[in-house]
Amino acid sequence: MKRFFSTALMRGLFWQFVGTLVGAGLVTGIRALMGLSVTDKFFFTEPAWVLGGFFGVLFFLVGNGVTGDWIKWARGIDTPEHHEEHYSGWEKYFNVSLDHKVIGIQYTVTALVLVSLGGLFALIFRTELAQSQLQFLTQDLTLFSQTGPQLYNTLMSLHGMIMIVSILLGIAGVINYVVPLLLGAQDMAFPRLNAFSYWIAVPAAVLLVMSLILGGFDTGWTGYPPLSARAPVGMQMFFLGVFTAGWSSILGGLNVIVTVVRMRAKGMTAMRMPIFVWASIATSLISLTATQLIGLSFQLVMFQRLFGMGFFDPPKGGNPILFQHLFWFYSHPAVYVFVLPGLGVISELLPVFVRKPLFGYRWIAMSSLGIALVGFVVWAHHMYTSGMNEYLRVPFMYSTLLVAIPTGVKFFSWVATLWGGKITTPTPMLFVLGGILSFLLGGLSGPPNATVSTDLHLQDTYWIVGHFHDTIFGGFVFPFFGAIYYWFPKAVGRRMNETLGKIHFWLMTPSFLVLTLLMMRVGLLGMRRRIADYDPALGFDTYHLIMTIMGYLIGISVVIFLYNFFNSIKNGEKAEGNVWNSRSPEWQVPSPMPTHNYDRPFEVIGEPYDYGLANAEYIRFLEPEKSKHK
Amino acid sequence: MRHFVIVGILVIVMASLTYIGLDGIGLMPVAASAQAIPIDWLWNWQVVAMSFLFSLIVVPMGYSLIVFRKKKGDTTDAEHVEGNTNLEIAWTVLPLFLVMIFAYMGAFSLGEVLRVDPNAMIIKVKARQFAWTFEYPDTGIVSTELHLPYNRQVVLEMESEDVIHSFWVPEFRVKQDVVPGRVTEYRITPSLVGSYKVRCAELCGTSHSYMEAPVIVDEVADYDAWISEQKALTAAAQTPEGQGQLLTVSNGCVGCHSVTSTSLPTAPTWFGIYGSQVALADGSTVTVDDAFIRESILDPKAKEVAGFSPTIMPPYTLTDEQIVNIIAYIKTLK
Repeated sequence: MKRFFSTALMRGLFWQFVGTLVGAGLVTGIRALMGLSVTDKFFFTEPAWVLGGFFGVLFFLVGNGVTGDWIKWARGIDTPEHHEEHYSGWEKYFNVSLDHKVIGIQYTVTALVLVSLGGLFALIFRTELAQSQLQFLTQDLTLFSQTGPQLYNTLMSLHGMIMIVSILLGIAGVINYVVPLLLGAQDMAFPRLNAFSYWIAVPAAVLLVMSLILGGFDTGWTGYPPLSARAPVGMQMFFLGVFTAGWSSILGGLNVIVTVVRMRAKGMTAMRMPIFVWASIATSLISLTATQLIGLSFQLVMFQRLFGMGFFDPPKGGNPILFQHLFWFYSHPAVYVFVLPGLGVISELLPVFVRKPLFGYRWIAMSSLGIALVGFVVWAHHMYTSGMNEYLRVPFMYSTLLVAIPTGVKFFSWVATLWGGKITTPTPMLFVLGGILSFLLGGLSGPPNATVSTDLHLQDTYWIVGHFHDTIFGGFVFPFFGAIYYWFPKAVGRRMNETLGKIHFWLMTPSFLVLTLLMMRVGLLGMRRRIADYDPALGFDTYHLIMTIMGYLIGISVVIFLYNFFNSIKNGEKAEGNVWNSRSPEWQVPSPMPTHNYDRPFEVIGEPYDYGLANAEYIRFLEPEKSKHK
Repeated sequence: MRHFVIVGILVIVMASLTYIGLDGIGLMPVAASAQAIPIDWLWNWQVVAMSFLFSLIVVPMGYSLIVFRKKKGDTTDAEHVEGNTNLEIAWTVLPLFLVMIFAYMGAFSLGEVLRVDPNAMIIKVKARQFAWTFEYPDTGIVSTELHLPYNRQVVLEMESEDVIHSFWVPEFRVKQDVVPGRVTEYRITPSLVGSYKVRCAELCGTSHSYMEAPVIVDEVADYDAWISEQKALTAAAQTPEGQGQLLTVSNGCVGCHSVTSTSLPTAPTWFGIYGSQVALADGSTVTVDDAFIRESILDPKAKEVAGFSPTIMPPYTLTDEQIVNIIAYIKTLK
């Protein structure tokens, strides 16, 4: 126990607490000297909480040691280029490590923790929706100084953003773990920056959860002003949390790009890279260049609240619609950040389980870049009803429809890969197939939102909720689970239980499909998004009851997964060899992967997916095998 | 080749069944406006495309999973097929045509929805947390119900007093945000007599769910009758109570404060409130008299009634005479 409390995680959290008090105290002191009020509803005033939150993050990052080497360098002290691990076993994962594999697992587990939290929030408000009228989130309820409906809005908003952060961490986890292995690199290009990108996400998550306690906020994850300019202090913690988490995305994206450009194995030309690397590049280009805009838009509202700068305040000449442009300039491409790695996982895993080359490798690789580029010029399709210039809607309709083309290329290529293969369906493959089906539903429910006139009906309804849950489950959740089942043996040397994996899949998939199809159904008939209660006259009670049951079934399936995950670390069946009979380099060495990855460098001499071609090797190790590998 | 024929047939069968099924269960609510026609027309073609593309992917996928499964004990790989450039070009270019067709249809449909009738009637809409108010500038009528004449284009000129709201009547299909600091337009031609509801579609705060108001499409004769009835009411409202009632409508008070015996979730009902004792959030009680009502209008946060806090009501600046009239009106509610 003592060792747990002295880990970098706990030290960081302790210093974040101290930093928050220092920052808040500083502002409170200055306010006292200026003769301003020093306390408010949540003890400190709003400016005090904001600086407190900011200091908390800084103190965390200094206190837990992730910035230690940089601080030493600044003071002129040299440190060794490579760090040896100081910890072993579980402690490795709670302390600062520069090993991309450890960081990948840290990201992944943190993502699973946040997924569970966000899912829990969803189940709470889904329960309230099971029947029309308010049942337990009523006006009489007061929790965290919020009435029931306010709490509903806070939970609904936090469900959105916590899931988004968990997705960003989840893809960072898979990319971090897998990309250097696929490239034959020892680590990421900037190991310290890599650790920093992970650890900054932890205080960010704490800030997001703090918003729940500090009065919450009722704007949804989009935080549109003027509503967000009026919300309780929790709003500021939300803004600050997202702002902080954005750094993780930006720096992580930078790291991936440099790693891919600089650290590929000998002979690995662009068109011989595993397809997942292409997806990682596409997604990193977006997170490196677009994340700034959501940070900026939230920062502007923060300043509007703190300093009375009327950026989006009409009486002061501000423009609320400007916020929406800034916000969606990131938040639309962000959707492609979420799904491109997942689609990459699908393309990466399909050939292994079909025993056939990936159909149209180059086209799939280019379609990822195509989606990423088109994704930058479609943002205003979220704003057809916003009151922006009417004629501006038309070019955005055209550009949005174009997304269908590269996305279609992916689907057709996957089907062609399956065609004529020799298919097996162990758990990872099931999740790949579930991902394709779910993403197909998400993709096909997209064009009606792209054409302006139909979107006038669909915008802000449950149809949209169903549509994007399909895209996110298909583009992220299914492939993410698939990737965990697939690479788990590589990381642990044991495999996850196959029966439990199949129960997880067969419980989650039908429940999820029913859930989202019903969401679309009620949306078309008049169910708005983000409402705590709905008109009983609409006759949606039965639909909502079924949706709530489906939500719980998904929850149960995820609990089964979590049990399987943590239980298999110690008790899973041993799997140290090439369990999936894959051609990929990481499976050509024993599992678990040694600390510095490949102990002999390899050279790429063929194509990555030449299944079914005799004597077509992908890689060749440059040195003969050393005496027994430890 | 046999495989392709089977799959081709299955795709067509499945696409037809999917479309017939979706069309059969009735996806949209009734269409009650002329603007709904081009929207539902485009929607229908979207459903056709969806059904076809869904089958085009799902059928060969499912077929492969059944027919191209690995046999037990087979350890060899499948036939080595890397791709087919002609096929890739085909499924890039053909969808491009489809996209262009839908782009054209989308623009056409939007054009129809935006078609302007120069003789359209103007109604002003005010949105505030969490109420809608409708003003008929020709007659000076102010109402919390929106009455529209059948088959005549109206333009709603909409303004918000606080945050962003969105005007949506599902049966009209069209939705338009109401943004503070500007006037947005909602152009509609009701085409089906009936009773609907406008439902705020942009999250606007705690009681967003309840920001709804009746929208009634009347036969022209009924509409005229309603207008004259409202005009008579306005004219008759020369008494202080009548003036007070008009003020509570035009200022949106009754969006939150009920005038019947049950309270809305957002605020206490006014029914029987005058002269009664109410419990405050701080534990004390207060008698509802002229002074309390006046204070609650000018500074709603001064004394918060228990069970509804924290108050979401903005301070109102009204003249003394207006406040006296409102109090007179509240006195009549019992």
